[in-house]
Amino acid sequence: MTHIVLETDRLTKRFGGLAATDECSLEVVAGEIHALIGPNGAGKTTLLAQLAGELRPDSGRILFEGRDITRLPVHRRVAAGIARSFQITTLFPKFTVRENLALAVQARTGHSFDGFGVVADESDLDDGAEETAAQVGLSDVLDTVVGALSHGRQRQLELGMALACRPRLLLLDEPMAGTDPEEAQAMGRLILALRPALTCILVEHDMDVVFRLADRISVLVAGRVIATGPAETIRTDPQVIAAYLGAEPIASTESIR
Amino acid sequence: MSALLSIERLETGYGLSQALFGVDLEILPGQAAALLGRNGMGKTTTLRALFGQLPAWTGEIRFLGERIDGRPTERIAQMGLALVPEGRQIFPNLSVTENLSAFRANRCGTAEPWTLDRIHELFPALQARARNLGHQLSGGEQQMLAVGRALMTNPHLLVLDEATEGLSPLIRRELWNVLARLKAAGQAILVIDKYLDELLRVADRHTFIEKGRSVWTGDSTALRDQPELWHRYLGI
Amino acid sequence: MSHRPQTPLTAGLPGPWTAIAVVVALALYPLAMHAAGQDFYISLGSRVLIMALAASALNLALGYGGMISLGHAAFLGVGGYAVAVLAQHGVLAAGLALPVAVIAAAVAAFLIGAVSLRTRGVYFIMITLAFAQVFYYLAISLPRFGGDDGLPLAARSQIPGLALAGDLTFYYFVLFTVGLAFVLLYRLAASRFGRALVAVRENERRMAAIGYPVYRLRLVAFTLSGGLAGLAGALLANLNTGVTPHLLTWHQSGILIVMVILGGAGYFWGGLIGAALFLVLEEVISDHTEHWNLFLGLLLLFIVLAAPDGVMSLRQRLGALLDRKKVAPARETAP
Repeated sequence: MTHIVLETDRLTKRFGGLAATDECSLEVVAGEIHALIGPNGAGKTTLLAQLAGELRPDSGRILFEGRDITRLPVHRRVAAGIARSFQITTLFPKFTVRENLALAVQARTGHSFDGFGVVADESDLDDGAEETAAQVGLSDVLDTVVGALSHGRQRQLELGMALACRPRLLLLDEPMAGTDPEEAQAMGRLILALRPALTCILVEHDMDVVFRLADRISVLVAGRVIATGPAETIRTDPQVIAAYLGAEPIASTESIR
Repeated sequence: MSALLSIERLETGYGLSQALFGVDLEILPGQAAALLGRNGMGKTTTLRALFGQLPAWTGEIRFLGERIDGRPTERIAQMGLALVPEGRQIFPNLSVTENLSAFRANRCGTAEPWTLDRIHELFPALQARARNLGHQLSGGEQQMLAVGRALMTNPHLLVLDEATEGLSPLIRRELWNVLARLKAAGQAILVIDKYLDELLRVADRHTFIEKGRSVWTGDSTALRDQPELWHRYLGI
Repeated sequence: MSHRPQTPLTAGLPGPWTAIAVVVALALYPLAMHAAGQDFYISLGSRVLIMALAASALNLALGYGGMISLGHAAFLGVGGYAVAVLAQHGVLAAGLALPVAVIAAAVAAFLIGAVSLRTRGVYFIMITLAFAQVFYYLAISLPRFGGDDGLPLAARSQIPGLALAGDLTFYYFVLFTVGLAFVLLYRLAASRFGRALVAVRENERRMAAIGYPVYRLRLVAFTLSGGLAGLAGALLANLNTGVTPHLLTWHQSGILIVMVILGGAGYFWGGLIGAALFLVLEEVISDHTEHWNLFLGLLLLFIVLAAPDGVMSLRQRLGALLDRKKVAPARETAP
């Protein structure tokens, strides 16, 4: 029996006259990697922002583990178990990897309004940071300032920041952005290893990555889901080919991988 | 034929840390060249030096036969070198038309300079969005606008840094087709990208950079025939 | 243990020996002045300490929190006027007047912050300025606050067994009070709260995305900052035995910002160094020329050009220059 972790019910968000999300209904099953694909401007980023709580929808509902979270602010959703990564690396470049991750651990363990305990004494933050660093392969650079890391490693930390929140649902916004083929492969292995403990929603343009990682794919066009299904179905769906993949689809990108 | 752009034994870096240890690159008029390599190997650094954002420590950069290393960025751009930067960087609060017309110039002195109409013909999507502000465009439209903006300066050499990053397959395809058309019309192009098959189709000349050095240069046939090069320098 | 580099989370915090040295120097200062027969400089010392507290309070909001408030004179003023109004009603006990001043200023900061913190950047600067102007016009237009003349203090606040009227005793009272406030500031800066505040300054979007209530964090910091500025205002009223609306002018807010930037925004000692430098230079230059404003301005300009991140950043910058050969990571995407 499948268990629905996240459900959107006729979610709508308008900017001026334009409906960026248009009565969008989506179901995400526990433990799956659910890819969200669609042409540029189809509303993937807007949808993700509404799931994360950064944007308020105009109408419709978002249910997480059966609970209505439509009105919850971002930090409450994180506490409820939803974390996200960003397409454009959004870290603390002047801080070390350890400090970056410790901030996420601190948010989770609470007491951020505790103005009297001196942090240097608190090893629980350190332990949490080290644990996540090991998970995303950054143990060797814990005390390196993030700005000095290569792009690929910053992308690993981008994922790590979300993981350090210990989410049950992870929203991944183009985790491969700007990576070279080797880095992309390493990232792919990291994401696959998250399953099935975590449910992931993955926005990604690289079809090779999507077809390799995703259990199910939803295709978003003009703010609506036009198709949902496993890779084989989506790959051959004529509507999807017309709107997104193009006439000679993945053959071209596969030759390079 | 004399080279449009030639970079010889270029070395540079950030602060005290050296990033390039000898890059050579030559582009003839009308040629499309590709710069390939893993992340962190020096592709973007080479572009920074080319555009005067980093001083060349040693070596030289010649454009149209003149030394340009040491010149300020705006002078280099005025000579007819146009960049489509990574991340697009269009003006979010200008309309599409304003983004384009603000850059109108005829830097290569062609008899048929680019006009708004010709850009619209090249990217029909931009015509439909002419009055929209930059930030209202989708990622793909922004990318087209960034290319259109660079073309409006009528450059001798068009430089694209990861221009297809974050684009959907269909739009990516369209952009490559535009580049092929531009090249066929005689536009010289330098492109950094990760889609090798498209580069093999569009570019005539390929240079691999590894750890700050140019390590291999050749044409598409030679590159197609040597998959071991892809493996060694790109990891694919 | 591996070498951990200095980052904005740790760079500004003082070591214990520095703190002890600073306390000893400040404790000996009035004795030295007295011995040298320069008693006048004792009350200058009190003024420096009080403004150091005001600047450090602003530093909590501006330096640590990235909230550029051009309205901190309002909190200074609320603190000062609270003491003066209480004194008018015969309440002179420091044990009552000072806490009331702090709470009044904190409440003002909470209310102003609750509105202002919904804006960003230049709007935040302007809205804090506007609120401070409201307080200024309130003070000059209400007769019970003394209008343009302000309110004189019949006597300094009273503490049983201490005669605060004497400059030397008052200096030590100020040193003790400001010292306590600095201990509080240190605990704040070094705590989880302080880290979160600095991190919000560095990347607000990420902080929200990892689960921090960003607005509430900022509001708490802004309120604490206002309360501490109110304490400085209360001490200032005592030093000057009275308050005038001048305390509430936007010049005063501007001077506090200058002190913070001069000393080093986000550095623990930034407010102290900035206030000391500013007031001492002002004192010395105005002794020699009536155009002291011009020379002070030029001198400040020079200091800011030489140390864009404030005097306190110089040590770190020198250290970085010396360290540079050791750590030079090769990377492509430098800023």
